[in-house]
Amino acid sequence: MMRRDECLKVLARHHTDQIVIPVYQAAFEWRTIKPEALTYLGTGAMGQASSHGLGMALGRPDKRVIVIDGDGSLLMNLGSLVTIAEAAPRNLVHFVCQNNTYEANGFHPIPGANKVSFAGFARAAGIEKVYEFDDLADFDRRVPAILQEQGPVFAVLKVVAGEPYPQDWSVIHSGALRQQFAEALAKA
Amino acid sequence: MSTVVSGQTIRGAEVIAAIKRSGIATIVALPDIVTSDHLLWPISRDSELRLIRVCKEDEGVSICSGLGYAGVPAMLLMQHTGLMDSLNCIRGVAMEYEFGLCAIVGLQGMEPDRLPPQSDKYGVRIVEPVLDAMGIEHARLTLRGDEVRIPEAFQQARKSKRPFIFLVTRSPE
Repeated sequence: MMRRDECLKVLARHHTDQIVIPVYQAAFEWRTIKPEALTYLGTGAMGQASSHGLGMALGRPDKRVIVIDGDGSLLMNLGSLVTIAEAAPRNLVHFVCQNNTYEANGFHPIPGANKVSFAGFARAAGIEKVYEFDDLADFDRRVPAILQEQGPVFAVLKVVAGEPYPQDWSVIHSGALRQQFAEALAKA
Repeated sequence: MSTVVSGQTIRGAEVIAAIKRSGIATIVALPDIVTSDHLLWPISRDSELRLIRVCKEDEGVSICSGLGYAGVPAMLLMQHTGLMDSLNCIRGVAMEYEFGLCAIVGLQGMEPDRLPPQSDKYGVRIVEPVLDAMGIEHARLTLRGDEVRIPEAFQQARKSKRPFIFLVTRSPE
């Protein structure tokens, strides 16, 4: 099992100019680890990150898009895996942090905690490139290739919470940051 | 008391032409029986349009938003039941986060000779009041000529970052 913030630090080392769409606790951590204008936080409703990512990937085929989803979030939008497989964006990498809890909502277990297979969902949806990681060194070794691979790519990160990061919800809801993202994407 | 709505029924081909005039060439959709034959099927065969089929309507809201940030205007085509199912996403993405969602929504079960407030169907009657409560602009597509509002309404939605939803009250011909 990996600590999520350590996992995101590894991802940040290999991240270059991709659009990143992180959710909830991963969003707070990513914003601290790698504060960049091409980070999109305005997913607006739980579960929607993969769909925002799909839209951006289809709209900007010249840019790679990284979604950092949550397990509880993805459970709310499992159909998006099928939609992504059907649309087959070559530039979309979809990570899901599986910690088996609704961490932002009181640490309640997700249904199917420690039983449900997100990799299984993705494969069954028709996504061919599916990975699972529970070892940080292994993730560090393989993530550069995953970020370059022709998508759609789906990868499960089996994580536990790491160090506490500040939860500033005003950042998540910030209109100024959405505007900053829009301007950065238009120039990218 | 029902209200008879008389006149020539809206034409699917003219609605599609109006969508194109609004600058939209990407349609995100789930099938709806009201708009199936003369909107969604023709859209699916139109080489000038890109169709993205989704599994659930709230996905469509978010895909349209993602496309919008990427500079690609898109429209969501769905049934009113899907609209109801997507309200939280529309609340967050379109209203609180100010995305000019453009959508056409079929009122499934709507009696063709009535107006929505006079429908016998609870699910149909509540659509316009719900949109009003959310502060979402909307208009009906019933009769031939109603589609002329589409280009300006959708262009204004994108410009003002406020959603606009057309409600199809009668199956287009």
